[in-house]
Amino acid sequence: MEKTNVDNMVTITGKNAGFNFLRSLFAIREASLATIIIVTAIIMTFLTPGFLTKSNILTTLIGLSMDGIIAVAMTAVLVMGGIDLSVGSVQAFASVLAGILAVKAGFNIWLSVFITVLASVLIGIINGYFVTRVGLSPFITTLGMMSIARGLAYVLTKGSPLSLGVISPAFDFIGQGSILGIPNLILILIFIVIIFDFLMRRSAIFREIYYVGSNEKAARLSGINVDLIKVGVFTLSALLSGLAGILTLSRFGVATPTAGTGAEMRAIAGAVIGGASLSGGEGTVLGALLGVMLVALVNDALILLNVSVYWQSLVTGIVLIGAVTIDMLAHRRRSS
Amino acid sequence: MQTEKPLMTVRGIDKQFPGTKALQEVSLDIFQREIHAICGENGAGKSTLMNILSGSLMPDKGKIYLNGEKIHINNPKDAQKYGISIVHQELSLCPHLNVAENIFIGRLPRLSGDRVDFKTMEKETKAILDRFHTHIKPRTLVKDLSVSQQQIVEIAKAITLNCKILILDEPTSALTESESWNLFKILEELKNNGIAILYISHRIKEIFQISQRITVLRDGRHVTTRLTSEVTPDDVVSYMVGRELDNIYPYKGNPSEKVILKVNNLTRKGVYSKISFELYRGEILGIFGLMGAGRTEMARGLCGIDPVDDGNVTMFGKTIPLNNIRSSIDSGLVYVPEDRKLLGLFLPMNLCENLVAANLKAVSRFGLVDRKSQSVYTREMLEKLNVKYRNLYQSVSSLSGGNQQKVLLAKWLAVKPKVLILDEPTRGIDVGAKSEIHHILRRMANDGYGVVVISSELPEILGICNRILVMHEGKLVAQLTSENATEENIMRYASGRAS
Repeated sequence: MEKTNVDNMVTITGKNAGFNFLRSLFAIREASLATIIIVTAIIMTFLTPGFLTKSNILTTLIGLSMDGIIAVAMTAVLVMGGIDLSVGSVQAFASVLAGILAVKAGFNIWLSVFITVLASVLIGIINGYFVTRVGLSPFITTLGMMSIARGLAYVLTKGSPLSLGVISPAFDFIGQGSILGIPNLILILIFIVIIFDFLMRRSAIFREIYYVGSNEKAARLSGINVDLIKVGVFTLSALLSGLAGILTLSRFGVATPTAGTGAEMRAIAGAVIGGASLSGGEGTVLGALLGVMLVALVNDALILLNVSVYWQSLVTGIVLIGAVTIDMLAHRRRSS
Repeated sequence: MQTEKPLMTVRGIDKQFPGTKALQEVSLDIFQREIHAICGENGAGKSTLMNILSGSLMPDKGKIYLNGEKIHINNPKDAQKYGISIVHQELSLCPHLNVAENIFIGRLPRLSGDRVDFKTMEKETKAILDRFHTHIKPRTLVKDLSVSQQQIVEIAKAITLNCKILILDEPTSALTESESWNLFKILEELKNNGIAILYISHRIKEIFQISQRITVLRDGRHVTTRLTSEVTPDDVVSYMVGRELDNIYPYKGNPSEKVILKVNNLTRKGVYSKISFELYRGEILGIFGLMGAGRTEMARGLCGIDPVDDGNVTMFGKTIPLNNIRSSIDSGLVYVPEDRKLLGLFLPMNLCENLVAANLKAVSRFGLVDRKSQSVYTREMLEKLNVKYRNLYQSVSSLSGGNQQKVLLAKWLAVKPKVLILDEPTRGIDVGAKSEIHHILRRMANDGYGVVVISSELPEILGICNRILVMHEGKLVAQLTSENATEENIMRYASGRAS
């Protein structure tokens, strides 16, 4: 999509090349989002001394890393024209399942992780099955799965957090360690974003997701295996959510059935701020990450400015509606 | 009629859109008791003019008089007040509500305490529908009606609003021939009851069937208004395109004996049965049938889209696996769907993305889409079919209908097919683009592609096809050569009156 606009720009290069360049740059959602983030960051730097410190930045980034990974998955689901409400619950379920297997069942931690990954994949396949074969809407299917996965997490732990204890330093290192001063969680997030952003832009199979979301019937008549794409995307979504759950376990050393509460809403908000459309066919992974970052940044700013945490949710909502409104107005102006 | 005073007079209407002058100095007189056809190619300004008369758009300049009095139509509500109703090409009914609720939308009759008076509503609905001699029941949900019945409901809704002027925008574009005839009867009756009808259509033939006067618009200007009895269809077409179309249909060529496609006993229980035919090199084969004859279903089965119960298909002597769309496409048998917006194109996506949709593999290396070969591929196909576009990255929805149809065709030509089955390839596009598509199809047939055209338009089928298959209720009832086919005998077979 980025390239698209760049090529556009070349064709309209004329006497106002510089102006047109700026315009095309702002036509790219990621660029305007990044600008907003940088401007907010600069303002924050002047307002509070605590903002531009290594510890604040790293804490904020670690804090958003799980939501960021889930937002990557959510982008694919939204582009496909679906929605996955079960992501946060799957995150909790995965963290709990891996913890239980390692602590209560006494499995090797890596075996537990492996089984958890399989279980997450299975959840995705079940979501996909009900959407494609049974014909339920993604909203209903994943609303049910949201409740089921969260319920499983509660049942397995009987409601209380389960401490992992000292089992494996290697496992702890994943969520707690850092390489060259950068926490692993941030590196993992960056890695996942780069991989999936690239795939969503360039890979032939991932491009098919855009076709399905844009016009499902036309996609089918074009020989695209729509059902396979749908099951695949729901599976990817559950897989990445499960991964987020395992990372949560590794980070805190505790399996909590309340992990990832509200993650689906944060991921949807991030993806939509980043340009994804709930009607499908549009959205980028990079945009979703920037969307999650913007929300996290605003929340961080509120904390640093000593605003009560009770304001966070309210402000997140304003950012969401504001960002989407501005984008819609910009598009309207351009198309007229 | 001409001595009468006009019911409505439109003078000097201008309308400017960003970048284009949609209407310039358009004037028009509309009389009571007339069906007045408005013709013009896409982009001629027909819809803009109708939207102005019905209050959806405001003119930049110009005056409108009703019974000699100047009126201002600022919104659809005003238009309603003056008795002007419009039935749009895309029907605007609520599918999950019943017929009565749709007809009384926005003005439900009330009992005391804000309760809806369903009894009155249904009684009045029945009275209105009876005027149309239909069996539509007031309580049927609109989604359970056929397209033509929905259209009748839409017209019924329009005339209950004390309508004096009824505007119909391409009313037959989704109807079969016999449904259209039914519609014409209804319009005739409305006209005799004193309603003026403005009738927008591409279909020259039906305009001559029903209208008393014809107005032609071209490039936003009024070209001429003539009595229908004083002009010929060829005159109207040349007014529309602004030049003489010397040969509307291409020369039919000389098909060979070589069989490209052989369909044997293709059956889907309850839908179509025992369909067998052959397709020869160099010919265009037409398939005609009324609504429900199973043409589209058969074509979709043939191309692996919908399941087939029995039968086999061979292409160049090789058997094509059924029930698998991907392998049909890969072996070169493709179905080009009828509704380009709903089934064919990815409207918000750009030209490149649309062109490669069925053939991502061809522009990919190591599973990654190669942008350069994608744009080379797209540009080549678009130029081959003479598509008018600004750049490769504009959205396909920004093209005109005719050019969209060419993009759809290009998308399928790009997969290097051997046989194309085209379902209504020229529906809803203007005369010029239609003729271009006919010539493209003929060129393809001459180049050795197998070309099968499904069409509801008899003149088109007769004009471009070498042979015509007629279907009736899921069966193949006739195979006619173009020499011995006439509109009458095709219709006789299609309606089951001959066997």
